[in-house]
Amino acid sequence: MPVASLENLRFAWDGSAAPLLDVPAFAIANSERVFLYGPSGSGKTTLLSLICGVLLPTAGGVRLLDRDLAAMSGPARDRHRGDHVGYIFQQFNLMPYLTVVENVMLAARFSAARRRRIAAAGGEPRAEAMRLLGRLDLPGDILDRAVTDLSVGQQQRVAIARALIGGPELVIADEPTSALDEERRAAFLDLLLGECAAAGAAVLFVSHDRRLAERFDRRVALADINRAASDRPQ
Amino acid sequence: MTTILHLTWRSLVNRRATASLVVVAIALSVALLLGIERLRHDVRGSFARTISGTDLVVGARSSPIELLLYSVFRIGNPTSNMSWKGYQAVAGHRDVAWIVPVSLGDTHRGFRVMGTTADYFVHFKYGRRQPLGFAEGKPFAEVFDAVIGAEVARALGYRLGQAIVVSHGAGEVNFMDHADKPYTIVGILKRTGTPVDHTVHISLEGYEAMHVDWKGGAPIPGFSIPPDQVKKFDLTPKQVTAAFVGLKSRVAVFRVQRFVNEYLAEPLLAVLPGATLQEMWRVIGLGEQALLLVSGMVVLVGLAGMVAVVLAGLSARRRELAILRALGARPAQIFLLLAAESTLLTVFGLALGSLLVVVAIVAGGPLVETRFGILLGLGLGLPTPAEWRLVGAVLLAGFLASLLPGYNAYRRSLADGMMVRM
Repeated sequence: MPVASLENLRFAWDGSAAPLLDVPAFAIANSERVFLYGPSGSGKTTLLSLICGVLLPTAGGVRLLDRDLAAMSGPARDRHRGDHVGYIFQQFNLMPYLTVVENVMLAARFSAARRRRIAAAGGEPRAEAMRLLGRLDLPGDILDRAVTDLSVGQQQRVAIARALIGGPELVIADEPTSALDEERRAAFLDLLLGECAAAGAAVLFVSHDRRLAERFDRRVALADINRAASDRPQ
Repeated sequence: MTTILHLTWRSLVNRRATASLVVVAIALSVALLLGIERLRHDVRGSFARTISGTDLVVGARSSPIELLLYSVFRIGNPTSNMSWKGYQAVAGHRDVAWIVPVSLGDTHRGFRVMGTTADYFVHFKYGRRQPLGFAEGKPFAEVFDAVIGAEVARALGYRLGQAIVVSHGAGEVNFMDHADKPYTIVGILKRTGTPVDHTVHISLEGYEAMHVDWKGGAPIPGFSIPPDQVKKFDLTPKQVTAAFVGLKSRVAVFRVQRFVNEYLAEPLLAVLPGATLQEMWRVIGLGEQALLLVSGMVVLVGLAGMVAVVLAGLSARRRELAILRALGARPAQIFLLLAAESTLLTVFGLALGSLLVVVAIVAGGPLVETRFGILLGLGLGLPTPAEWRLVGAVLLAGFLASLLPGYNAYRRSLADGMMVRM
């Protein structure tokens, strides 16, 4: 059973006749590491919004953990996302008014399923957050500090911890390295892939930078799966 | 729910500088609104409890409100007096149980001096038919005895047996003293919270004696009568300012009022204190409503400022909203996050504003009481129904105002998806 699958998905923004996305089929297998690349503006973030159910397709279906997102109620869909998807943004991933540890714990506060999984593993949210942050090489003295004191690289590592707390099946990372310099980019990728492998989570990594692609199980160009792409090879 | 409220709280704490400014703005507007309402309520209460048990107030013909203001509340000055003959005619009416004459016009160091009879201490009642009580001493018996109100005693530090001098006229500063005829304090009244506290009471004869060697409002040059000689003169007053009348039966009140108003020998006026007060509130009511309306507007301005600040902050917080959505927050929770923020700011503003009013009453109450004789904070700690209504209205307005940022955030979080537009 794939973690997420798209079938005959079409999506157009309101008022736009031409679809932005037209994806006949796309799936991410269990624990699979997928690299999705495409130029800016090609609809990558929109595709991610559809996979995690923040947007709904105009036609076709998205299944996340074997549930049809379009068939669910809004609140149930939101809960489903919170339970099963960890999301890492390009930058500014953190709530500015919470401490580092609180930011990581926030994912568990929003998801009962994540809390259950932490408890089932014999832990509790704060200790689990500390454990993850420790593995991500964040010095202990910054954990209770404001996130605004952190460097961009440190912030992105906190975002990994928040995505992974409570063991979601899928981690989506939307250009998470574009704010980092080359050296940190490699280190970040090591940490992300290492932790996701340790947690058994599938990774959907989106970037326009193909140099990062070789570390992944599978590389997909958005233009190859999207029939609506204008730069699609004929 | 608690997660969202916790986030709202943390977010507000994080922006405490801006948030406190918003709270202070709302608090000041609320303090203005509640302060005006409290003042209105207490002024009415203060006036209403000044006189009780008096059926009619009689004086020379003027406007009923004017008569009541100068005779009972010592506000303003009488334009003309009633003659002793007229007074006696009223006193002789068969329905009249008691009558107390008062003469006003002189002052002692800013406090009104009132000539009256010892009956005043028996019949005049305030509040819920409470009689005037003596803290010390007794009613005046001699021509040059004086009984002072509690505030006079406190403000000037007077004790029994002390001699005081009365000034002519009602001003704070007087050039003509009745220095040749000092009075002796024989009694100090208990505090009443009414204008009685601010009054120096002397006998009608004493009031007359003060002026035996005066004519036309000034001392007669080269003519002075020492105090021990004045008793040889006829000290029956020629006129009095007004009279408080008690009737044998309240049923007779309109009969006696008609008798006074139709008295032919001179133009007199009899008013029912309660009814006249009501008439005065009707006149003042318009002004009060306007004041409340304006202060209500000020509250709306405060709330509008709050909405503006919250909405302005929202643009900078779109990323926050996207993060929360990614973590599984429902659009309804995003709505709550922002709506709770504005509601919380309103609640804090209300609390601080109410506190300001209480502090103002506690701090400024004594000053208002000494200067204006109005007792503030009669029921301090117990908001009146009108105040509850105002608090409720502000809360409702704050809640309604909070829907705007809430809805705005809700719409954006739906439209943005995982896109973080900056």
